[in-house]
Amino acid sequence: MSTPVVQVRDLDVTFATDSGPVHAVDGVTLDVAPGEVLAIVGESGSGKTVTAKAVLGLLPATATTRGAVVLASRGGGATDVVTVPAARLREARGRDVAMVFQEPSTALNPVYTVGWQIAEGLRAHGPVTSAQARVKAVEALRQVGIPDPEQRVDHYPHQFSGGQKQRIVIAMALALGPALIVADEPTTALDVTVQAEILDLLRRLRDETGAAIVLITHNMGVVADLADRVAVMYQGKLVEQAPVLDLFANPQAEYTKLLLAAVPRVGDGRARAERRAAARQPGWEDAAPVVEARDLVITYPGRFRQPAFTAVDGVSLRIRPGEVLGLVGESGSGKTTVARAIAGLQPVADGSLSVLGAELRGVKGRVLRALRPRLGFVFQDPATSFNPLLTIAECVAEPLVVHGRFGSPGAARRRVDELLEAVQLPRAYGDRFPHELSGGQRQRASLARALALDPELLVADEPTSALDVSVQARVLELFADLQRQLGFACLFVSHDLAVVDLLADRIAVMHRGRLVEEGTGPDVLEHPREDYTRRLLASLPVPDPAAQRARRAIT
Amino acid sequence: MARIEAGKLPVVRQLRQSVGLQRGMLVAGLVLTGLFVLVAALAPVLAPYGHSQLRDAAGPFGAQEPPSGRHLLGTTVGGYDVLSRVIFGAQTALLVVIASILASIVLGVALGLLSGYFGGWLDRVLVLVADAIYAFPSLLLAILGAIVISGGQSSLASGVGATALSITVVFVPQYLRVVRVEVLRVKGEAFVDAARVIGTGSWRIMTRHVLRNAVRTLPLIVTLNASEAILTLAGLGFLGFGIEPTAAAEWGYDLQRSIADVTSGIWWTALFPGLAIVVVALGMTLVGESLNDLADPRLRTRVRAASASTSPSTVAEDAR
Repeated sequence: MSTPVVQVRDLDVTFATDSGPVHAVDGVTLDVAPGEVLAIVGESGSGKTVTAKAVLGLLPATATTRGAVVLASRGGGATDVVTVPAARLREARGRDVAMVFQEPSTALNPVYTVGWQIAEGLRAHGPVTSAQARVKAVEALRQVGIPDPEQRVDHYPHQFSGGQKQRIVIAMALALGPALIVADEPTTALDVTVQAEILDLLRRLRDETGAAIVLITHNMGVVADLADRVAVMYQGKLVEQAPVLDLFANPQAEYTKLLLAAVPRVGDGRARAERRAAARQPGWEDAAPVVEARDLVITYPGRFRQPAFTAVDGVSLRIRPGEVLGLVGESGSGKTTVARAIAGLQPVADGSLSVLGAELRGVKGRVLRALRPRLGFVFQDPATSFNPLLTIAECVAEPLVVHGRFGSPGAARRRVDELLEAVQLPRAYGDRFPHELSGGQRQRASLARALALDPELLVADEPTSALDVSVQARVLELFADLQRQLGFACLFVSHDLAVVDLLADRIAVMHRGRLVEEGTGPDVLEHPREDYTRRLLASLPVPDPAAQRARRAIT
Repeated sequence: MARIEAGKLPVVRQLRQSVGLQRGMLVAGLVLTGLFVLVAALAPVLAPYGHSQLRDAAGPFGAQEPPSGRHLLGTTVGGYDVLSRVIFGAQTALLVVIASILASIVLGVALGLLSGYFGGWLDRVLVLVADAIYAFPSLLLAILGAIVISGGQSSLASGVGATALSITVVFVPQYLRVVRVEVLRVKGEAFVDAARVIGTGSWRIMTRHVLRNAVRTLPLIVTLNASEAILTLAGLGFLGFGIEPTAAAEWGYDLQRSIADVTSGIWWTALFPGLAIVVVALGMTLVGESLNDLADPRLRTRVRAASASTSPSTVAEDAR
């Protein structure tokens, strides 16, 4: 084996914060060989991004770094990022190591053409004429698969789609031919179908240029698809390092086992859905639906006399009592808009939407208020869906007080304690403030608040997409248990087919504002009728490297 | 609020988390401001004479007397004791600052909350009026306010009231805009949506969920505005729109009366009221500026973790 492109030795990073020093990375030792894809996986806060940033010397001034990060240059020689002066570090960046960022739309400067931005890296490392820079930029764009690179080189970032922007960011990283590319969650901000393309691109570039890739991700499907070797981080420490096939087949560390067990897989929910379908009373299908949408149209008003934007276009669906409908789609498909309309947060433009027997098109505030106690809503981001100045108990008591069940949050405390216990939170947590709880605990409290009034319908808008995989599994489990006990009907919105499959009786797939397919889990996932559903399923990386390799060989 | 511990009170918390130069600025500002408040509160005890006293048992004070044992800082052209005027001036200044800031907070926050939460034509009108007021030179506006409210001259109560009100007119737009922008931000947060889904009424959402989350930056503006209020008060007094010398002591008025003295070598009548204005404005500005820096995580300096002392160069050698 040749010399590694980067050697990390006993890396230790401490941040100075208001509440004292925080030890973010604790004695991490890693090597990356040329042409290798190393995936660093872990929950948020495990120190994976900090480790990656340390490789580029990008940590903020509040960080104190110890240990060594030695980058090998292509022309021989080595640079220790931790100790090297700023000028030498700047030389090494771009030449020896480059970075691909998570959010392509913020990583590009909107006021310059993409060609200029690719050339910026070349200019920083020595004089180039603008003609040379342009040629190189066109070449770089062609390499990452942008069509018509000669014309597109003069376009601005907003003229590209999200996936194309990420390609351009990758082109920028490749401009100087670095031996190592650090990709920090390169596909997290992208849709599944686009993600598959970017993963293909990264794999092809690795083969063509021989650059090693350090891939930071929390998505085990992405790991299985792209990585050669995996490093698992937990609470700043490296708990396991193994080739990808070994890690998935035979995890050693306790944490790795937990992590892999928590990853949802398409098809897991089938047994549960069948059991529930069997337990239904006869004649259940004829019961009056809780939600019934007929040719539902929802528009957002256009600005500056532009026509209104139609977010939801002619959607018809129904949710019967006690049924869980999973609504899946990519970003911009209108799934969240449907959820918000059912909760009365978004006016209906056309068609009909009847919720719990009330028509929401042109609804009066009084009717809506009478409807609200019968409906619960769980928001996507538990960090922002609680008033930061109220305790958890006060937040959970809020619906009880507003609807006059109790006079004050204090009087409602007994009911609040019951609710917290129902979502498996200790009673004492009621006295804490939202920021003192972890993401998963907050999302449970959010569930407790949504269920406070015993609603007949629960709308959950991506309730687990802001959570880590292991936390997500526990929250989904709790969700399923509560649904079984309380029997509420539910609209479960998610972009993740595997998550929806775990919970839903029926799955509805949305694409560009239209409902493309609807049916039971096995129908939609195993025998998809529509082309789009098939593409969606094909793009979803399977969290199993062997299976994923086989799938890739077919396509 | 019993639940808020001492560590969470605005200024106390910042004092605890500050270090280095920022702490020095904050402490210096707090000491100066504290001194000012103390002097103002204890004025009747500290001052040797009343603010409008012209004679005592030993006879009239005499005009423009230099500093002596009887008058530590001399007397003014009108025959008042300079030290007593400076001390009582602090009282007037404090009253005006408190009155003007209370009035502008109450008005500004209420209007900002309504404007930000409901939007629509009310919002447009209020912002337009605020912009119009911004376009005026603030001292001119204060003069107009003083003339309209009190006809220019008046007693202590109405004089302080008039000055405070004219300063309020200048400050309300600032509070309105700051609170409005914060309300617009908070209104978009998921927890406000959560409250709406629950079925909470507008009034309860505004008071319970939005208001307290939208007023966090106010302490900064208050401290910065307090020094501006002092300067506006002094400016009004200097231009002759302040308070009668017999009604209350006022630094700006005293400065204006001492203009002629400066050229004839009588330094004590101008120096001390001027110094008082500078010191108080400086103290409040220091508090405001350092609070501002501390509120911004990017500007705040923190206690660093133990520095990288384990000679990293040797580790690097090993790595090779």
